[in-house]
Order: sequence, then structure tokens, then C-alpha cells
Amino acid sequence: SDISILSLQIRFILLQNRQGKTRLAKYYVPLEESEKHKVEYEVHRLVVNRDSKFTNFVEFRTHKVIYRRYAGLFFSLCVDITDNELAYLECIHLFVEILDHFFSNVCELDLVFNFHKVYLILDEFILAGELQETSKRAIIERMSELEKLE
Amino acid sequence: MASSNSLMDSLFQRSLEDLIKGLRLGESTFISRSLEEIRREIKLTDLSTKSVALQKLSYLAALHGVDMAWAAFHAVEVVSSSRFAHKRIGYHAIAQSFSDQTPVMLLITNQLRKDLNSSNEHEVSLALECLARIGTDDLARDLTSEVFTLLGSSKALVRKKAIGVVLRVFDKYPDAVKVCFKRLVENLESSDPQLLSAVVGVFCELTAKDPRSYLPLAPEFYKILVDSRNNWVLIKVLKIFAKLASIEPRLAKKVADPVCEHMRKQNVGKSLLFECIRTVFSSLSDQETALKLAVAKIREFLVDDDPNLKYLGLHALSIVAGKHLWAVLENKEAVVKAMSDEDPNVKLEALHLLMAMVNEDNVTEISRILMNYALKSDPLFCNEIIGSILVACSRDSYEIIVDFDWYVSLLGEMARVPHCQRGKEIEHQLIDIGTRVKDARLELVRVSRALLIDPALLGNQFLHPILSAAAWASGEYVEFSKSPYEIAEALLQPRTCLLPDSIRAIYIHSAFKVLVFSLGAYFSAQEPTSPPLAQESTSSGHSVVNGFTYNSISSLVNMIELGLCSLSGTIDVEVQERAKNVLGFIGMIKHEIAEKATSQNSETEAHRAIAFMEDVFSEELGPVSSTAQEKVPLPEGLELNENLEGLQEICREVLEPMAESDYSSDKVSFSVAKLRIRDQEEASSSLPPPLESSSLLAEHRKRHGLYYLSSQKSEDHNDREGNDNNTSNEYPPANEISVDSFKPKKKISKPRPVVVKLDEGDEPKRKPDASSSNDESLSRAIQTALMGKGKGKEKEKERVKENHEMNVDTENIEQSSRREKKNKKNGERSSKRSSRRQRGKEASVTKPVEVPDLLL
Repeated sequence: SDISILSLQIRFILLQNRQGKTRLAKYYVPLEESEKHKVEYEVHRLVVNRDSKFTNFVEFRTHKVIYRRYAGLFFSLCVDITDNELAYLECIHLFVEILDHFFSNVCELDLVFNFHKVYLILDEFILAGELQETSKRAIIERMSELEKLE
Repeated sequence: MASSNSLMDSLFQRSLEDLIKGLRLGESTFISRSLEEIRREIKLTDLSTKSVALQKLSYLAALHGVDMAWAAFHAVEVVSSSRFAHKRIGYHAIAQSFSDQTPVMLLITNQLRKDLNSSNEHEVSLALECLARIGTDDLARDLTSEVFTLLGSSKALVRKKAIGVVLRVFDKYPDAVKVCFKRLVENLESSDPQLLSAVVGVFCELTAKDPRSYLPLAPEFYKILVDSRNNWVLIKVLKIFAKLASIEPRLAKKVADPVCEHMRKQNVGKSLLFECIRTVFSSLSDQETALKLAVAKIREFLVDDDPNLKYLGLHALSIVAGKHLWAVLENKEAVVKAMSDEDPNVKLEALHLLMAMVNEDNVTEISRILMNYALKSDPLFCNEIIGSILVACSRDSYEIIVDFDWYVSLLGEMARVPHCQRGKEIEHQLIDIGTRVKDARLELVRVSRALLIDPALLGNQFLHPILSAAAWASGEYVEFSKSPYEIAEALLQPRTCLLPDSIRAIYIHSAFKVLVFSLGAYFSAQEPTSPPLAQESTSSGHSVVNGFTYNSISSLVNMIELGLCSLSGTIDVEVQERAKNVLGFIGMIKHEIAEKATSQNSETEAHRAIAFMEDVFSEELGPVSSTAQEKVPLPEGLELNENLEGLQEICREVLEPMAESDYSSDKVSFSVAKLRIRDQEEASSSLPPPLESSSLLAEHRKRHGLYYLSSQKSEDHNDREGNDNNTSNEYPPANEISVDSFKPKKKISKPRPVVVKLDEGDEPKRKPDASSSNDESLSRAIQTALMGKGKGKEKEKERVKENHEMNVDTENIEQSSRREKKNKKNGERSSKRSSRRQRGKEASVTKPVEVPDLLL
């Protein structure tokens, strides 16, 4: 179907707030606009009602969504059923740490106003749906290099 | 004027930040206004203005669903700028919006090539990221050599990204493998963990799709498994070995040790530990030490407070439950506890594990407890419970069921669960058991009767399939019924108008069978010359006497006639036809019923008609094999493959509803039911006639009113007062499943009835997964690449093999037989013939892959 092409990779990343507004959406598989809307709506519905005492993984269509809530934002990653949930949870946490470093106590507004920067960070982090860099230090160094070029 | 306008636009262009601020104040009109601005700005020649416009557009597209495909050409323009900032915006826009259908795709090939060759590593990485995201077949083909170069770049960052891109390139353009594969493999030896992680990640993907092709690389992966200290890398390597070990069992033995090593480490990360456990459970479960260690470790997960770990523990257990149930049994307390967890995911896992532990001895108890859970649960979980009971009990033709009477009444009970939505599966099983298990038919009829006479059930559309099965069973096995009159009355009650027409047709047909049976009993009972009827006692101890009197039979006939009269004018063809058929039949024999009292003539038309119909219904129906249709020889002149596309248009509305349910078991039961109706099939009629009785239905209604979930009734299985409702309203405490449920019990019960099984085609056929032939070319390319790649002594072997490439079959058969002899020395048993056959088969698809000797 629409999102099941290559088997083991991240299919999309979503940052949504509690009201369901998407603050960041990166898709690593081709999807029509209307399908993207559907996906975002469904994922939000899935995660927003879950108690904090529940697991951070939910089934989503034929895949899995691994999510975590940080303040008012839900970070959701869609991966294959067989992927290692704990590892991707760490991945989300790493991403948040990096954002925190860049925006000093990052809040939702920071992400809204600096969306291109967030994408830049994300692109250093994940390439073609695969995690390519897991060292926080390396990503931060790289970002400062990129800043100089702008 | 135009130029000054554009100057204005450039000078006063809203930046992205302005756009966002404006959006936050008021949306939809602001978006359309901004879009207009953007459209103007983006057409200007000044690249800075253009790129800001593009950036704004990207933002709107990403977060507000605005379409940006129209700006594709402008994105290409922006990317051609020499300023990095512009390039970044341009590539971002391209990655976000380009697809295979974008017409200007051709224009970026050269730009990409230029940037890939750039000395500025940042430009290179931009281009690589873009290619990774949007690479088409053409782009992949055209840019393979650039990617190849970059795979060997001195800059680690570039190399890492190139590796990330490689997967997409291979996917779109398999010939790229010949060029790039060698460099890719070289990178496996890198000491940079990030680089390694990227490479291993690529192989992880590739191996998942086609493990056999990458078997020769096992030694490299093994080295990484032993040496690496990076969790990410290890997790990916484990995944690779999980795939490889399942097709090459000798690998499993080799890999078990390092995996155990990792599991035993003091501060091993939970993610790595989990992956080790999962690998052992899925692919190394034959390795005893590894398995035992993994089971011990998973226990830690199960008792942890962290819900994530608990869930994962349960999930891992379900992987191994099939082959090693002891692992689950060892942890049954945790499983039982998890059933009452609040998280629905955890509950579901626990449920599945519970069902895995079900066997002959404990199935009744566990089902009882689960049904109680179901009543207290939300609809979703309730249906999960019912569904899993149905699956577990029906597996392998009801292998674990010993007491079918109990099971049939359980099925009836499920129908009364308020949230039950498993009507179709229950229907299928009721009919299936009816055809397969003779001894259960009495109970089946009893349960069916209870379902049929209850008017409240007719209003619940989820139960209609079950009622359909009940109706069929009541008609088919009417000889087991205590009161056919009651059945017929229930089948024709006014509320049946709530049923869909197809089920109503079944009801009418069953009523017909009841009628035929009763008439047959009546007429044969009057025969003075007929042999004394066998007195068969029902299990309640009543013995059946004589049968229908004139009064009772004529009231039956009249009741049926009355009930069907109103239907003879319905719109539905099926219902109308059935009703008319029965009415016609009645018309034919009615006058003789009265005469019967006087004349003894057994050759009347009515007699013959009834005898004929009895004969029609007398043959027993058995289960139908799912391969039966294929076995029917095609008649002469029937062309099955003729293109009937023309009919599609005409029949669309008719065909569509059928296509909706792809529940294959639904099709089985549907066809069985329809089969009965279409072919006027038979029921046995060798039984004594039923008791004369007044309408039990009316009495029942008076006594109980409408019931759905009853008031307190005992769960006494032998209750035969006509009240079959076994659900109690007392809600037992949640932890009722005791661990003792799983202790084996010695019970003296009646012997298990005979269950008819078919030799083949018992289960409905499942469609095979469509395998992608796309990967064929890729795997062939990989194999050739691997044959061609050489490292040290392996190079010699490969070269020798290359010379014999044409005679692959014989060559490999020789090799394999040599290896067989070696293995035989080690005590391994392997059949030469079967491996040769296997090699032969493989060789016809791809060239068989040799596992390097050092792993044997």
C-alpha cells in the first residue's frame, strides 16, 4: 500500500502538539497530500489519548509508531513492525536533546519559527529514513559549520 | 512599471518569520493572500527574493497542506545559485515536493552532478540528501558513477551520506551494484562507528529482502558482532544475523556464542539486550544455551515496572511460544498479571500468550474466565478475547476440544455477549461443527433453538450471521429437535423481517425442511404396515412417542402457510421464490392430511411428494474441501479465461458487495449455506416423530419477557428448561485466573466424539504473498558482484568457480556432495538427494551461494 515500500526504515517523523497541529512533518516515503493529512490525523488520535503509564509504542496500520511526549509536543516515529522500539525511543530522546541544545530549553514556538533549522538538524540525523548519526557532539559541530555558511 | 513593481516586491518582501507571525494571527485568508504574494515573488529574477518565496512556500506546504508542485521549476532555478543558503532552500523544496511525476525532474540531473562533484563537502551532502529522497530510475542510473566516487571519498561525512544514498540507488537501478558494491563492502572494515553504522544499516535493509545473496559476507558481519561496542551497530548486525541464520542453520551455532556474551555483559543497554533476546527467540531458538539465557533475561523485562519493558517482554515471549511453550509456562504469573493491566497493548499481548498456553485440559476453564473478562471489557478487547478463543479452539479442526457439547453451547453464549462482532466466524464454526461432528448435533440444535426463539436477537445486525447458522442447523438436523413446531414458528416469526433477505431465505428453507420432516413423520406414523418406529430417547430422558396428531400437523401446516403468505409478494426474488415453493408444496398435499385419517392408501400423490422430498433431504452433508472446486473437471467448450471485462460495468453494483468481505472463512460458510438452499439437499429422516406440544414460544415469552443478558441463572450445563443463557451478572474479581489453571488435570469424561477431517483443503486457502520480481535482478547483480569480488584466498575459489559458471548445476552438486561427506563425518545427518534437489531448484532461480568454509 502507500507506506510500505522498503522494509526496514523510518517512514515518517511527526511533531504534533496536543491539539493535533503538526509542527514538523518529514516523510521518507512518497505520499499524496491527502494521505499525509490522513496519516497525521490518525497518528495524533492514536497518541494523544494514551495515558503516560502506557507503553510508548502503538500499532499503526501495518507498522508501528514509537512516540514520546515532551511538554506539549508529541514526537512520533513510524517504523517497521520488527524494528527495535527501545533504540528508536533513544533516538527520539537524542533528537530532543539536540534541539534543546540549539534552542536553549526548546519550546514549541522555537520550532515554529525555526522550522528550516529543525529540518536541517533532522537531515543530519536521519538520511533516507536511516539513522546516520548518533553522536550528539558530531551533529552539533556540523550544525555550527553549516551556520557559518549561511 | 513592471520593473519598479518587482523592485517593490523585492524590497518589501515578507520574510519567513513575518509569514509565520502572520499565520499565527489569522489563518485561511492569510494563506491565500500570502500565496498570491509568493506567486509574484517567485517569478522574479532576483535569486534571493525567489529563494525566500520558495522557503515560505515550503513552509506552507509542509505544515498547512498547500500544494507546491507548481513551483518545481523555480526550485530548480534556486538550486542553481552559487550561494549555499539558496542551494539549501532549493534542495529542501525539491526533496519535499518532487516525485516521479514531476516534469522538470530531468533538469536537475546536471545540477545534482555538479554539486556531487563539488569540492565543498556541504554542497555534496545537500545533493546526496536530495538524491536519497527523490532518486528516480534515471537519476540513479545517471549518477551512479558520482556516487561510486563519493563512496571512496576521504571525507568521512561524505562517505557516510553516500552510503545512505546507495540503498535507493540500488533499488532504482540494480546495475549500480556492479559498480558500487565493492566499495560498500570495503566500508565494512571501517573503524569509524558512524560510518560502520551506516553501512551495516544498508546491509540490514538489503538482507531483509534477500538474505541468501549476502551470506558470503557473514564473516565480515561476524567480526563486527564480536568487536563493535556501539549499540546501534550491534542491533543492526543482530538483525542481519537473524535473517541469515534462519536460512543457514550452521551460522546459528557460530553466532550463538557472541550473542550470549553480549547478553551477559554487566551494563548492557536494554535496547541491545532486547535485540539479542529477540534474535535468539526468532532465529537461534535451537541453540540451547542461548535460549535458556534469553529466557532468563526476558524475565527481568517481565517483572520490571517500566511498561515498555513489560510489554516488550510479553511480545518477545510470543515469538518463542510456538516452539518452546515451556518459556511461556515458566512465566505464567507475569502473563496472568498482565491481563489486568490498563494498557490495551499489554493486555492484548497477555491474551495471545494465554491462548498459546491453552490445551485440552484447561480450555474449558480458561474460556470461562476469559468470557467473564470479555463481559467486563470495552468492545475492542471483548472482541479480541472472543476472536482468540475462536481461533484457538478451531485450530487443526478443533484439536483441543474434547467436549463438543460444551463448545457449542459456548458459541451460543458468545452470541449473547453485548459487544460481540464476531458473528461470521461463529456462524462458520457452528455450521462446520454440524457437518463434522455427528455427536454434537443434538446440542447444536438445542443451542440453535434458543437463539432462534429469542426475538430480541433479531434486532442486532452483528448476530444475523449466527442466526443464519442457527436456522440452517435447525432445519438440517431437525430430527434432533424436541418441538419442530416451535422451530418453525420461530423461523417465521414476524420480527424476521429485520433480517437481510439472504438470511430470510435460509430461514424459509429451514422451515421447509421442518415441514417435510413433520409430514413424513405424520404420514409414516399412520401406516399400519410400517415397522414399529425405533424409540430413541433424548438425553433428557423423555421417550418420543407416536408423533403428530391430525390436529398438530394441520396447525403446523396452517401456521407455515399463514407465515409465508405475506412473503409471497416480497420484492426479493429469493425470498419470494422460496415462499412460493413451500406454499405450492403445501397446496399439493394439504387436502390429503385430512383424508389421511380415513384412507390407508399409501400411493397418493401427496405421499409420493412427501417421500420424494424426504429423500431429497436425506443425504448427509459433510465438510467441503477448499480444493474441491479445482478438482471439478471443466466441461467441454467452457472457456474460463475469456475476458469478461465488458461485464464489469454492468455488474459493478452486484459484484461490489461480494468483494467487500475478504474474510475467506466467510466465503466458506456462505457457500455451504447457499449450497444447501440451491440444491435442495437432505437431512436424515430416520428418527421418531416429536412430541406434540403447545407453543413453547408463547409460554417462554410470557415467563421471561424479552431477554438479552439474563437475570441470575445457574451455569448448570444440564439445565434443559429452555433457558440457555449461561452468562452470570456477578462479576468475579479480576484476578480469577489462577496459575493453577495450567496444572494438568486428570478428568474422567466421556470420550471425544469423531471429528470428520478432510485429507487436504481443510483450511480455507490463504493467498500467497506477492513476491517482488523486481528484486530478482538486484539479487542476481549482487551475486555476480560477490562472485567477482575477491579477498585473499577466497579470490582463488571464486575465480575457479567463475570458470565453471556455465556448468553450475553439476559443479555445485559435486561440491555439495563433497560437503555432505564432510558433514557426515561430523555426525550431521543430511540427505544427499534432498540437498541435490534443493540445489537444483535454487540453481534454476539464482546461482547458489557458497558459505565460506571458515564458518562451517
